Amino acid sequence: MPTAEYAGNVVELNEEGFLVDSSEWTPEVATGLAEEAGLGPLTDKHWTVLTFCREDAAQQGQPPGLRRISKLSGVNMKELYQLFPKGPGKLAAKIAGLPKPQGCI
Amino acid sequence: MTTTTLETPEVKEATQVEAKQPKPIEHISIICSKGTLDMAYPGLILANAARMSGIDATLFFTFWGLDIITEKTLDSLHVATVGNPSMHIPTMVGGLPGMESIASTMMKKEMEKLDIPPVREMLEILSDSGAKIYACRMAMDMFHREESDLVPQVDGVLSAMDFYDKSAGAQLLFI
Repeated sequence: MPTAEYAGNVVELNEEGFLVDSSEWTPEVATGLAEEAGLGPLTDKHWTVLTFCREDAAQQGQPPGLRRISKLSGVNMKELYQLFPKGPGKLAAKIAGLPKPQGCI
Repeated sequence: MTTTTLETPEVKEATQVEAKQPKPIEHISIICSKGTLDMAYPGLILANAARMSGIDATLFFTFWGLDIITEKTLDSLHVATVGNPSMHIPTMVGGLPGMESIASTMMKKEMEKLDIPPVREMLEILSDSGAKIYACRMAMDMFHREESDLVPQVDGVLSAMDFYDKSAGAQLLFI
């Protein structure tokens, strides 16, 4: 498995670039992953989404789908696509250090 | 006459790696031609999954597919119980009064369990996601529908030729 280092944090990534162990995640890792995904600096809105995803995944045992994020995080669908233009479905979970969501919605 | 190539081993290797990696889909264009519930969802869900993955999505509703974006019909789309071998019930039973409603209610319940929203909400999500939604000009004329009969998420009424223009570089899917 490949590893990557973000500001001194070494994490293991799977072949799609998702963290293998979500407990290895730190905010610095998120910043590094966001940069690699071409997102630029993370805004407060990004952090709202990322924090929600991590908390929800901890409670539900799986990463939230986009519809769930838009209904419960306070960031609506349109904003999610503005925050993660290259595909919020995968990117939000990836940057939050979670596995790839399995749902289609 | 022979030609000599100046490829270094590194260049060759890089080309091989590139050839192994298929080009990802960048734009999907989906033609929705059926108005039953079970034929409405595949197009809507595939378009949404595309947008979630950062793939551009264009939807073209034609013939009975127009029912999916028509205000009066989209909340009451039905599953076909006659002429649908996957129902696993005799055709005559499928034709009994009320069977379509029962099958449709059952399907909607199952969709809800999977957290799949109703058609109306799917269209809102798709519009918010930046997917493009078009109605077919010819089908509109044939079914005597006006643009005001359609949901506000519709981006326009197009001829088939215009639809191809909007689908430049896209992979096409017919449902």
